[in-house]
Amino acid sequence: MITLPFLILFPAAVAALLLLVASDSWRRLIVKAGALIIGIASLYLLFITPEAGPEFFPVAFEPLTGLMFLAEMVIAAFLIYLGIKYKKYLAIFLVLAQAALLVYFETTAAAGVHTVPNLFIDQFSLIMALIIGIIGSLICVYALGYMSTYQEHHPDVRDRRRTFFFLMFFFLSAMFGVVFSNYLPWVFFFWELTTLCSFLLIGYSGTGEAVNNAFLALNMNLLGGLAFAGALLYLAFVSPGGQLLEISTLIQSGHVVALVPAVLIAFAGITKAALMPFSAWLVGAMVAPTPVSALLHSSTMVKAGVYIIVRFAPVLTGTMEGLIIGLVGGFTFLLASAIAISQSNAKKVLAYSTIANLGLIVACAGVGTYKLVWAAILLIIFHAIAKSLLFLCVGTVEHRIGSKDIEDMTGLIVRMPKVAVMMFIGIAGMFLAPFGMLISKWAAIEAFIEAQFGLIFVAILAFGGSITVLFWSKWMGKIISVCPVATKVENGIPREKWIALSFLTAMTVFICLAFPVISSHLIEPFVLSVYGQTARLSQDNITIMAMMLFLLMIMPFSMLWYRKSTKVVPPYMAGRPTTPDMHFLGSMGVQRQVNLGNYYFEEVFGEKRLFMAGTALCFGLILLMGTLTAGVAL
Amino acid sequence: MILLENALLFIILAPFIGGLVAGIDRKLTARMQGRVGPPLLQPFYDVGKLLQKEQIVVTPSQHFYILSYLVFIVVSGALFFAGGDLLLVIFAFTLAHIFLVLGAYSSYSPYSFIGAERELIQIIAYEPMIILSAVGMYLVTKSFFVWEIMGSSLPLILYLPGVFLGFLMVLTIKLRKSPFDLSTSHHAHQEIVKGVTTEFSGPMLARVEIAHWYENVFLLGFIYLFFAWSPPVAILAIIIVYLLEILVDNTFSRATWKFTLKSSWIIAGMMGLVNLGVLYYLSAVVPV
Repeated sequence: MITLPFLILFPAAVAALLLLVASDSWRRLIVKAGALIIGIASLYLLFITPEAGPEFFPVAFEPLTGLMFLAEMVIAAFLIYLGIKYKKYLAIFLVLAQAALLVYFETTAAAGVHTVPNLFIDQFSLIMALIIGIIGSLICVYALGYMSTYQEHHPDVRDRRRTFFFLMFFFLSAMFGVVFSNYLPWVFFFWELTTLCSFLLIGYSGTGEAVNNAFLALNMNLLGGLAFAGALLYLAFVSPGGQLLEISTLIQSGHVVALVPAVLIAFAGITKAALMPFSAWLVGAMVAPTPVSALLHSSTMVKAGVYIIVRFAPVLTGTMEGLIIGLVGGFTFLLASAIAISQSNAKKVLAYSTIANLGLIVACAGVGTYKLVWAAILLIIFHAIAKSLLFLCVGTVEHRIGSKDIEDMTGLIVRMPKVAVMMFIGIAGMFLAPFGMLISKWAAIEAFIEAQFGLIFVAILAFGGSITVLFWSKWMGKIISVCPVATKVENGIPREKWIALSFLTAMTVFICLAFPVISSHLIEPFVLSVYGQTARLSQDNITIMAMMLFLLMIMPFSMLWYRKSTKVVPPYMAGRPTTPDMHFLGSMGVQRQVNLGNYYFEEVFGEKRLFMAGTALCFGLILLMGTLTAGVAL
Repeated sequence: MILLENALLFIILAPFIGGLVAGIDRKLTARMQGRVGPPLLQPFYDVGKLLQKEQIVVTPSQHFYILSYLVFIVVSGALFFAGGDLLLVIFAFTLAHIFLVLGAYSSYSPYSFIGAERELIQIIAYEPMIILSAVGMYLVTKSFFVWEIMGSSLPLILYLPGVFLGFLMVLTIKLRKSPFDLSTSHHAHQEIVKGVTTEFSGPMLARVEIAHWYENVFLLGFIYLFFAWSPPVAILAIIIVYLLEILVDNTFSRATWKFTLKSSWIIAGMMGLVNLGVLYYLSAVVPV
């Protein structure tokens, strides 16, 4: 089948083209056409993916592996050059260590390998491909509008839009590579490409902060990459013929051989998915332009991390190591959600919420029963859509009001009504019934109860889930409060932004209606083919939720009914004379304006304190896992 | 098995029961304070009067939020009495309260704004314990469906004493009883006026009040589940619990948000989780 290599190569070709084209109008055309083709090609996968089980496509092109090795060495040299330029010696050390492992792997360990590398597709790969192909390319389209405004607002940042769009599309290529490759050295190659792309995109603006944060991301991901390379070496030793270097055979080979590489790769996944103690890089990554954050958080990068852990869930399930990975995820979920309460920067709230949700996905995958894997995949889908929508909304608002602070979003419903409604839907999608994320959390609670040691996770979900309610609702409250002094500023938003925003909003709602179909046609067959049994929500509950969603959709029409005949009065101000723009005479005869600010509970949910706790806890757990795994390996 | 007729009965009868309970509540409270108190049907007179008043709003969107609040409270209660999935009931219940909070936020009024923030704190204070209660019932009866929990012949209260105590604690928050009536209160003015309901008036306030009646009936129904094996005991338990809540309401002064959050989480953790842990352990050792 040609579609898989096409999806890997085509975005790279578009990327290369974008690197060459300097004119802005041509770039717009190429990005839009490229995005459209990628989107259609990913949708086309729906029709050609087999009903059950994976389908393999051997790639009998001998020099390819050699070329990849060469590319890896070139990348290593490039990173070392940058490391020397910015005096980041830790990065150089990690690159060297990884390169040494790779050279050893290629020359010695993998000498006897004679399997033909293959690509594969099953329902899970398909779901990931749809997320990458549709959401990823929508973000690229959005970036067109965003980046031209960005360059106007930041005259000090050198206009490197060619590189920027090159990297965005190249990122998509690498992601398709990760989800379609069955041969682990290939997965590793694409894995490292995503690390490289994210590193360069985070450092786009070239300021000191951006460079530092880019290297932070690089270091942490290289650490994960080292573990991944270690897994490759281990596998090459265990099976000199290289059969186990394929994911499909590896996950069926049982705990005895597969556990050590699975844990190493899961560790790489943990770094990439920015779980504690590695969450700092994703929080730091928000210095990048907003489309980059949207891409990193929703459809690429962190999703590669959780993708690989969910892939290896059948190996991890029922083991002590899997439980520990699950706990790392669970604690990350709890603590990152709590930290989000104390943040007022919208992008930081989104970052911590991403970290929290990735934690939850990893918790599901680490414990890894079939019901939990089902819930994990649902989470991946819903999170990708709602989170990309939210990032793009924040990016749009940021350019119009000049701030991404939630406190500055007071009365957004008056100032930017359409964007505010979209943001509202996005936030609702993150935590409210009957929207997606809540369905998955609910499924996770039901699944954890039956799992071993599941009560810990149920408790984490009960507390973490309600914490989530707090920080989302107060944000919602901020944007819908009808502030009498606000003026409308919703003009001059480029059309590209509207296209992406409307699509994603429609998808957030649509996916809630369509999720039973998605579950029965995509997720259930996958879970069934891996575990031999599958989970689903009961028919009654699906009906009731559809009714709730319907009710929610018709509720706003009640506004039409009430609009005509009500008397509008100013809010109660304890009897103080107040002007229409909310100025009142305060005590001591000072004229003041009403200014309402949210609670952030810094002393309870402060970032520093909780981050320290999370780091200590999760670092300890990972050490424990390392020791256990070493015990198995030796 | 969803029993539609029960849902219908709830929708029709709950306001009457809820209003009556509120009337008894006010009467008893007055007696505890050495007053005569209003007539038993006073809550109905109040709501009737509110409904006749002219509707004034700070912003028309309040209508939408409050109507949604009422509708989803009714939906979650109806779903509960119809025998639906307890977790879904809880989530619909949370959704309803988010609408109340949003209604308060939408007015850009200082008092209702603080009320809204406090209401959110209350939500995160009580929600874990309510979910843990549902989980506890699942551990005993192996089902989240209310109709199956109702049909269980096991005396849940004996398996879940800790969970029940934890639930009583958060019930005080839910019934808006002192010491946890932070966001709004049944009693006269508090330091943030009427908190979350400050900016609702006339027919809209009547809707908030009716939603609260529905909510109370649902919560009393939740207590019933703990004693479902024997209806007379269950009714008695509900009466005792409610009397206890009135007593607590009149004995304690209002707590701070920090105390509310901490104490309800600690109680949920100590009573609820320990209870569940023991059950969990037992069910692993001796399969029921």
